[in-house]
Amino acid sequence: MPHIRISSPHVQRPTKTADIMRLVIIATLPGLFGMTFFFGWGTLINVVLASVMAISLEAICIKLRRRPVLFYVRDNSALLTAILLALALPPFAPWWVTATAVFVAIVIAKQIYGGLGQNPFNPAMVGYALVLISFPVEMTRWTAPFDLNGNTWEVLGFADTLTVIFGSWQEIIQAHPYIDSFTSATPLDTLKHRNGLTVEEVWQSSEVMANVGAWYAVSLCYFVGGIFLIYRKIYTWHAPLTLLITLALISAIFFAIDPDNYADPLIHLTTGATMLGAFFIVTDPVSSATSNRGKVVFAAGIAILVYIVRTWGNYPDALAFAVMLMNLCAPFIDQYTQPRSYGYKKPNSGQPSKENHS
Amino acid sequence: MGKVFTFHGGIHPPENKHRSTQLPIATAPLPKLLHIPLQQHIGAASKACVKVGDKVLKGQRIGDAQGDFSVPVHASSSGIVTAIGNHAVPHPSGMPATCISIETDGQEQWIAHSGLADFTALSTAELIDYIRDRGICGMGGAGFPTAVKLHLGDHHIINTLIINAAECEPYISADDLLMRERAEHIIAGIDVLQHLIKASHIIIGIEDNKPQAIRALETAIVGCRYNIDVVSVPTKYPSGGEKQLIQLLTNVEVPHGGIPADVGIVCQNVGTVYAIHRAIAYGESLISRIVTVTGDGVSKPQNFETLIGTPFCTLLEAAGHLQNNTSRLIVGGPMMGYTIDDLEIPVSKTTNCIIAASPREMPAPDPALACIRCGQCEQVCPVQLLPQQLHWYAKSQEYDKAQQHNLFDCIECGACSFVCPSNIPLVQYYRHAKTAIKEEAQDKRKSDIARERFEAKQMREQRAIEEKATKRKARAEQAAKAQAEKQKVAQQPPLDPVGQQQLLKQQVSAEKLNVEQLQQQFAVLQAQSNTEASAIQLGDLQLKKAQLNLQRTEQALLSYQPADCAPDIDIKKLKVAAAMASTKLKKAQQALKNAQEKSQPGIELLTTTILALEKTASSANAAYSDASNHCLATSSTNLASTEPATGAAKKLKIAVAIARTKLKRAQAQLSKATAEGTKNLADLAQSVTDLSAKLSTAEADFKVISEPIQTQPASDSHPSRDQPDLKTLKTMAAIARTKLKKAHSRLEKLSAEEQQDHQLLAEITRLEEKVLLTQASYLQAKDASASQPDAAQNKAAKQASLEEHLQKTLTLFDRAQQALKKAEANKSPAVQKMRISIEKISVKLAAAEHALQQHNSSQDQE
Ligand code: SF4
Ligand code: SF4
Repeated sequence: MPHIRISSPHVQRPTKTADIMRLVIIATLPGLFGMTFFFGWGTLINVVLASVMAISLEAICIKLRRRPVLFYVRDNSALLTAILLALALPPFAPWWVTATAVFVAIVIAKQIYGGLGQNPFNPAMVGYALVLISFPVEMTRWTAPFDLNGNTWEVLGFADTLTVIFGSWQEIIQAHPYIDSFTSATPLDTLKHRNGLTVEEVWQSSEVMANVGAWYAVSLCYFVGGIFLIYRKIYTWHAPLTLLITLALISAIFFAIDPDNYADPLIHLTTGATMLGAFFIVTDPVSSATSNRGKVVFAAGIAILVYIVRTWGNYPDALAFAVMLMNLCAPFIDQYTQPRSYGYKKPNSGQPSKENHS
Repeated sequence: MGKVFTFHGGIHPPENKHRSTQLPIATAPLPKLLHIPLQQHIGAASKACVKVGDKVLKGQRIGDAQGDFSVPVHASSSGIVTAIGNHAVPHPSGMPATCISIETDGQEQWIAHSGLADFTALSTAELIDYIRDRGICGMGGAGFPTAVKLHLGDHHIINTLIINAAECEPYISADDLLMRERAEHIIAGIDVLQHLIKASHIIIGIEDNKPQAIRALETAIVGCRYNIDVVSVPTKYPSGGEKQLIQLLTNVEVPHGGIPADVGIVCQNVGTVYAIHRAIAYGESLISRIVTVTGDGVSKPQNFETLIGTPFCTLLEAAGHLQNNTSRLIVGGPMMGYTIDDLEIPVSKTTNCIIAASPREMPAPDPALACIRCGQCEQVCPVQLLPQQLHWYAKSQEYDKAQQHNLFDCIECGACSFVCPSNIPLVQYYRHAKTAIKEEAQDKRKSDIARERFEAKQMREQRAIEEKATKRKARAEQAAKAQAEKQKVAQQPPLDPVGQQQLLKQQVSAEKLNVEQLQQQFAVLQAQSNTEASAIQLGDLQLKKAQLNLQRTEQALLSYQPADCAPDIDIKKLKVAAAMASTKLKKAQQALKNAQEKSQPGIELLTTTILALEKTASSANAAYSDASNHCLATSSTNLASTEPATGAAKKLKIAVAIARTKLKRAQAQLSKATAEGTKNLADLAQSVTDLSAKLSTAEADFKVISEPIQTQPASDSHPSRDQPDLKTLKTMAAIARTKLKKAHSRLEKLSAEEQQDHQLLAEITRLEEKVLLTQASYLQAKDASASQPDAAQNKAAKQASLEEHLQKTLTLFDRAQQALKKAEANKSPAVQKMRISIEKISVKLAAAEHALQQHNSSQDQE
């Protein structure tokens, strides 16, 4: 048998990129389950739709770039992007909104930059931000998690959901007069547009806020998934925990100052895309800062931006924008957050200077 | 048990150590041929000290250490040296190196050797040398000469001795087995090290996956007189890295660029400690080591006590090599080892393991994906680098950034590559980048030297070109100047001020030289008494021409100066010009004086020259004052350059003062010369006055005498008295004539000055008149005597002819007078003509005198 010559090391951990992606996908399952359970079939349908589209688009792009299709598609990265995107989109977003978002995410934000590892922005967030800006009405099609007629728990049927997504929204409204109750604002929307009421009053009067428990539950699902990933050392605690802690701190400070006008920390942590973002978006390695210190800075920046836009901006949720803004800062953060290497008194930072050479 | 700390990162690769620990250490079979590499350590390769064909004994030195950073090599067994030359060696590069091949005779005949009875009797230096001579180098990794590591500087105070027994690399169990079976030898070796280092604490660091070894060591240290601890550290690769183990055991980091001794620590591999013990106790040189032979490619993985130089094939065969199940042969561990493809490669002092890996065990790696920046590598890096960033920079060849990210601190442990989910051969990138940077640095050094040389050469060439250009410019400038002068064009060629001034300076000095030469020639001409007047004139003309040139040049300098206002240089030049002018003046005055003394012609010319020189001097002075004025003006207008301008003005002032002084001196000399001339004139006047006085006396006498003579014809009683009177008169006339002659010659001498000429002429006229008067008196006296007795009648005839002659002479005199007057009008040739005519007149006068004397003498005979 001929002896191959190869550079050390000669053993490798069997965990590969595809495995990591798969693990992350697995970690999203509790969240997906929660969404489907509380918000209906919409999210699941979106996930399937987005996944199929993403893999197809990825394959086409790789083909066009003359790379081995199967080899690259197997890395599961497109699938993960699609799932994250679908989870972030409203459950009843029309199919073309999802399609547009996936196209932007896979083709424009990822493949045009050179595929996995080369993209400066988080692809899912680019797709999400684009459809949020382009189709603001469709992007608010959230359903109230519980049926408000009585206390029965009822979500839109699977067939109806398909019609909502692929067919006409009007058709469904006509068929089900009570449908209006299916579309409602998110708790964040509700708290933002209070019509002069205080937060406390909103809490008491709003049906949406009455059902906030569903949001808590879904957030918990994401949290569990995230903790699993930290346990599996897919990523470190730095980015997600920093984001959550920073957001909690800021909202706590403002809530303490003026509870009538500012939502409490729990709302900030559990509604909107906070948990999804903290454990599945901010932890996207490609577009985030690289060192542990860098990740802390990166996540803290996102948290601050999220709070600012949520509280004073025009959009109810701001994760996509915050993440993209911090993506821009990531290389800069990297420069100033090098770890202190063994044997050094302090870490290097900034641009290389000539004296640094040894 | 000491406290255990931790280091950043680290990985847990599958250990696979148990395979080779099932059997005790075996002795590897003696191969037919041993190939002993001359370089098995870091540093200079040793030099063979045996020849092909030599018989060598086991333990005999066959290679001498080269320098301090080297160790000798020894024959591992007895036999015949069959070759000294290139042979495959265990090295990552796969390049062959010099080996001594020994054909073993199977006798295993030892060279005479014995251990040290009491190593404590030896001094530290001697003991270290002894260890070195036994060929001992670090056996854990790179083969660092142990003696070098033990040879500490005075500033290194060691408090901790760490024995590295971690053996963190998977598969390898050589140290494990060594410790299990020979723990007390290791402790004995530590004894020697402790004697050398005298550490306050000794720690044996060992991974907790070797419980048997730990137990063996703990048993062995019982009753040890040192503060010694066996510390088990958690199994985590790369805890066996020197720096990592130090951090694990002491929580101290070896500073970047430093050595463990800098923080009071010495670290030695457990295998090395064993070798030291063998050397001290038995005098055995390092000729064998324990090698783990393992992997799926061997049926009986085992550790072998192997002679250095044993080919791998011998070992693999001993372990039951399964040729068909081996796809990769690795020297060292799976994390940092390197692959080989030649089974003839021999075991060296640093070969601790051979892995014959099956394809299932170590499959060919998948193609690398892009880095997803997952950060896994960063989390495991024991040096706390950012491997993903290093990879990025190495790939894009941004080596400066890679270095800023401490690329050179990477220990190439391979932990990052191990975890990388994208299969990126990170370490390979780092090795390549390091090599590239080193080469770059070397190239840079080389190119720096080359560039310096090139620049020096360029500078030389540039200078040569500039010099040539300057010369060419000077020549062109001179030509242009000549042209310009011919055409009387005042314009200056557009040249840079310095060059221009330099040119002018050169010209001035050249002309100065010319003038000096001419002056010398002139002086020589003057010195020659018999020189023709025309020659002198010619010389003078040349001198004048040269001086004119000089003047022009100076003028050029002057006209050039205001355009560029470089006062310092101009003043210097003016100074020179002024000095030159005064020198010339002086010389001309000298020449004039000489001429006056020697009564030579050309005085007038000289005078003219002097006048011209005076003009030159005054023009130089004017230039000075101009320059100084200009500078003053400049300084008053140009506030920025006030200080230098003031300095320039001062210089100018001084220069002007000097020039003035010189001029004054020249004038004084001139006046002195003139005074001398005047003195001569006064002398002449005096003599003339004397002469005229004597003449008037003679006249008076004559009158007194002539009156009684006039009364004689009536009485005729005093003829005898008349005769002597006549004689006296004659004598007196002769005297007067002589004096007149002398006065003439004196006059000639002093005929330079026009005024003098006038005076002389007047004197001459007066003298002529007096002579005429004397003649007339004489005639009257003769007439009176003629009226005496008959004999006097002949005399009367003769006297008539004489009278006639005298009349002629007088006419000539008149002519001479006229000529002199004419000379006065014509100036220069007048003196000559005058002289000639006066001479003629003198001659005629002398003739007349002679005739008169003859007549007188004939009268006397009668
Ligand atoms: S482990 Fe590999 S893929 Fe992950 S960051 Fe490091 S180099 Fe990139
Ligand atoms: S090989 Fe270098 S960069 Fe990689 S883990 Fe080891 S020390 Fe760190």
